[in-house]
Amino acid sequence: MASQNGIGAAVKRKEDARFITGMGRYTDDLGAHGQTYAMFARSPHARAKIVNIDTAAAAATDGVVAVFTGADLKADGIGDLPCGWLVKSKDGSDMIQPPHPPIAVDAVNYVGEPFALVIGETLAAAKNGAEALSVDFEELPAVVDLASAARTAQIHETVPNNQCYDWELGDKAATDAAFEKAHHVTRMDIVNNRLIPNAIEPRAALGEYDAAAGSHTLHTTSQNPHLERLVLAAFVNVAPEAKLRVISPDVGGGFGSKIFVYAEETAVIWAAGKTRRPVKWTAERSESFLADAHGRDHVTHAELALAEDGEFLGLRVQTIANMGAYLSTFASSVPTYLYGTLMAGQYKTPAIYVEVQSLFTNTAPVDAYRGAGRPEATFVVERLVETAAREIGMDATDLRRRNFIQPTDFPYETPVALTYDTGDYEASLDKALAHVHYAAFAQRRDASEAAGKKRGIGFSCYIEACGLAPSQVAISLGAGVGLFEVGEVRVDVTGSVTVVTGSHSHGQSHETTFAQIISEKLGVPFENVTVLHGDTGRSDYALGTYGSRSLAVGGSAIVKATDKIIAKGKKIAAYMLDANADDVEFEDGSFNVTDSNQSLTFAEVAFAAYVPAKYPLDELEPGLSEKAFYDPPNFTYPAGAHVCEVEVDPETGVVEVVQFVAVDDFGNIVNPMVVEGQVHGGLAQGIGQALLEHGVYDDTGQLLSGSYMDYTMPRADDLPSFTVDTTTTPCTHNPLGVKGCGEAGAIGSTAAVINAVTDALGVASIAMPATPETVWRTARGE
Amino acid sequence: MYAFNYHKPASLEEAAELMANADDGAYLSGGMTLIPTLKQRLASPSDVIDLSGIEGLSGLSLDGNRLHVGAMTRHADVAASTAIPALADLAGRIGDAHVRNRGTLGGSIANSDPAADYPAAVAALDATVHTNKRSIAGGEFFTGLFETALAEGEIVKSVDFCVPDSAAYEKFPNPASRYAVVGVMVARCADAVCVGVTGAGACAFRATALEEALSADFTPGATDGVAIDDGDFNADLHASAEYRAHLVAVLTKRAVARLI
Repeated sequence: MASQNGIGAAVKRKEDARFITGMGRYTDDLGAHGQTYAMFARSPHARAKIVNIDTAAAAATDGVVAVFTGADLKADGIGDLPCGWLVKSKDGSDMIQPPHPPIAVDAVNYVGEPFALVIGETLAAAKNGAEALSVDFEELPAVVDLASAARTAQIHETVPNNQCYDWELGDKAATDAAFEKAHHVTRMDIVNNRLIPNAIEPRAALGEYDAAAGSHTLHTTSQNPHLERLVLAAFVNVAPEAKLRVISPDVGGGFGSKIFVYAEETAVIWAAGKTRRPVKWTAERSESFLADAHGRDHVTHAELALAEDGEFLGLRVQTIANMGAYLSTFASSVPTYLYGTLMAGQYKTPAIYVEVQSLFTNTAPVDAYRGAGRPEATFVVERLVETAAREIGMDATDLRRRNFIQPTDFPYETPVALTYDTGDYEASLDKALAHVHYAAFAQRRDASEAAGKKRGIGFSCYIEACGLAPSQVAISLGAGVGLFEVGEVRVDVTGSVTVVTGSHSHGQSHETTFAQIISEKLGVPFENVTVLHGDTGRSDYALGTYGSRSLAVGGSAIVKATDKIIAKGKKIAAYMLDANADDVEFEDGSFNVTDSNQSLTFAEVAFAAYVPAKYPLDELEPGLSEKAFYDPPNFTYPAGAHVCEVEVDPETGVVEVVQFVAVDDFGNIVNPMVVEGQVHGGLAQGIGQALLEHGVYDDTGQLLSGSYMDYTMPRADDLPSFTVDTTTTPCTHNPLGVKGCGEAGAIGSTAAVINAVTDALGVASIAMPATPETVWRTARGE
Repeated sequence: MYAFNYHKPASLEEAAELMANADDGAYLSGGMTLIPTLKQRLASPSDVIDLSGIEGLSGLSLDGNRLHVGAMTRHADVAASTAIPALADLAGRIGDAHVRNRGTLGGSIANSDPAADYPAAVAALDATVHTNKRSIAGGEFFTGLFETALAEGEIVKSVDFCVPDSAAYEKFPNPASRYAVVGVMVARCADAVCVGVTGAGACAFRATALEEALSADFTPGATDGVAIDDGDFNADLHASAEYRAHLVAVLTKRAVARLI
């Protein structure tokens, strides 16, 4: 019998009571005795030399505690912010990583880049001090347009043509040969629009220095506090790892943007040591727009070669990816190993060749944002497939079926370096088409037409590689860190359980879902399980949460630890019951001796473990607490079919999403309600990219969409009531059979929306976001 | 926010005197524009003079075919009123619930935000703006981008609108801010057809070419082919001047369609 609140149950979230009653404890809720406030002075220019910074008036401002410039940090031995993934160019050379001082020293390279830090007794004093800085900038022409960025002014002295790397993946000769024998080639130019993440909680940091212990404590909004600590200790030289504790308390959303090690928390924790005062910084929303890492931003030319019967023969993709002004923590990996490797999609395309040139521009750094590379790849593949179907006059779903990897083909090795373990793509598509009532679409289109509207339908059959990642694969491809996870299961004396996980929840519901796993595995009541996370002082080195990895990797580590708990519990029970350990079974929370009526509850064994009266302590240590590291043997491959139906008002260009169906295969599911919530959020972001969201700089590098007045966040009334369903092929290589669900909505949906809009308008393509004016102009043939 | 002196006068006279004596004063009504501006340090008035303590500035009353609306009347109260359904509809579509419960008619029109909703009604409903000094015809009130006919220190007391035979407000909201990219109020008062437009230009205006066409033939089709000069229209990330001109025509047509 599975526990009532075990795996598969739609248990209500443990987190919600405190979040919805305002009892969450976020970084900005924290305060320390003697706390000061930090204000960052930020560049008003997209590109300029810093000729001189006069800090005298700022330092003399009432209430100002200290003023620091980049030169101060540098003089104190603070290093550059590193990028953690080394990508190599086609010619074997390493990518070029320009210096990235946390606080600009000689030059500023994007609007919003910090060039000084003012610490005040109050925030107002810090702001007054920042305004009193006198800075002599020598403005330089900004490089903003991505497509031409390799042919304009050089931003960094060490980076010719502003090129970070020129990377390739796949067999070029085989792909070219496939195109030579093609019956039909579909060609597309695609721009994947820049997005600005916008977690509800802005980034924040509270740095403290304990002079007695000589140690630093940093509370910050990080998705991966251990990585933050590693970088700050090993690369930035803030403090030795053992003298630096990083805590991520409640965090209100990340979407990738809180993976990275940023200038602000680096400067704050350093300044706390320097001033011997706690230093607090909380981003204002306008700072989030300017200085959080942005997402996407690709310019791509892609081609799909087809045989006469619609068989895919080859895929060729050339992408220019925007890195922004500096390499953010994982920026280099996003348009390469998280993008090129996904180009097979759900199809048996035999030859694929991907080239990616990553360029610097005078814009905010670009890094992973929900899906990270995989939404961009899905958009390329699924726009091409849909367009090819229209060009050759084949139903878009039939063309997909013609090319799907079949269930019998697994494990399936793609031409772009991945081996899919399992899947059933047609099952998801079939289910999605049933939900969307595809057969009746023509009637609905006629009804819209009669009402003066244009209706369109679009599909997207996506795949993603999640559960990042097999460490040795990632390291061989350039990752600077392993990507395992740690899980610790501490059974308390009375049989309740405390789980310490290296995963970090900033909305993912780990306190609930991980408790469900424990409840299922150990038979402990769900209420008696507490999940702790987000503190380098509590857990072993861990890698945190991103890439839909928490359950597949972090959850697997917890399962491994519970296995150890059960194994030890059996030994203890055997001594207590005078049985052979091999004859003890554990089921439904009881240790039973086979073929007997002797049994002990889990709580009884836990108590005995800590009150070790009956077993030989030289053979068996007291206590019942186990830890496991789990390194996955492969990625997981969630996949699914998204179908979008839109109605366009041709007079105004307004697009209404009238129906959205997402059928996803996430493998086994621990909490279907949590999964549905994850899918909803992802869909909102994917639909947002297609229709609403756009990070726009003007020609001089000023951010035009720098507030909610101009950056269109998706709202409830922009979205239909989603139809969300699942199919299941359990992951074959992790103990839970799970694949991950955090990013799927954002990965699959964007292409479905644009496929629907272009279908409605009867056009080959449309720019994203498909705003009303864009749609109106496209409909007019402009 | 910078520090400032805060005042809460009990009368219009006291408010005007405080303003006259301030180095750089600002009246605070609902605060829906001023407060965010202060918080972002985009304004640094020496004195903020809160008008909410002055009695008699809020509420609606009907007098024949004129509806008087006090300057401090909240959008939510106008939205809940029944005398001019089109005006209630307009007020109910301003901002969000928080804004509608704080924002006021007087604050909105005195600010003359080019994308605010109320100015369309002031233009279309033969309004008169009453201040502490005089009365200003609605058609002369808005003079430019964030500019009005109000003199330095002048305070809006109330606005009265004609109660039209029929009227309709069509709004094309900015998808991000939900301000009006274009808002059009079409009203029929006696024999006249008025078309008040907000969002499209530097400030609200009456679209006289559309009014003429509709006066001759009050049908949605009558607006087809009417040239709308977009030479002075706003252009931003969300809408070019040309698209705004197109929307003026489309929204006018839709408003007319609702009225016949």
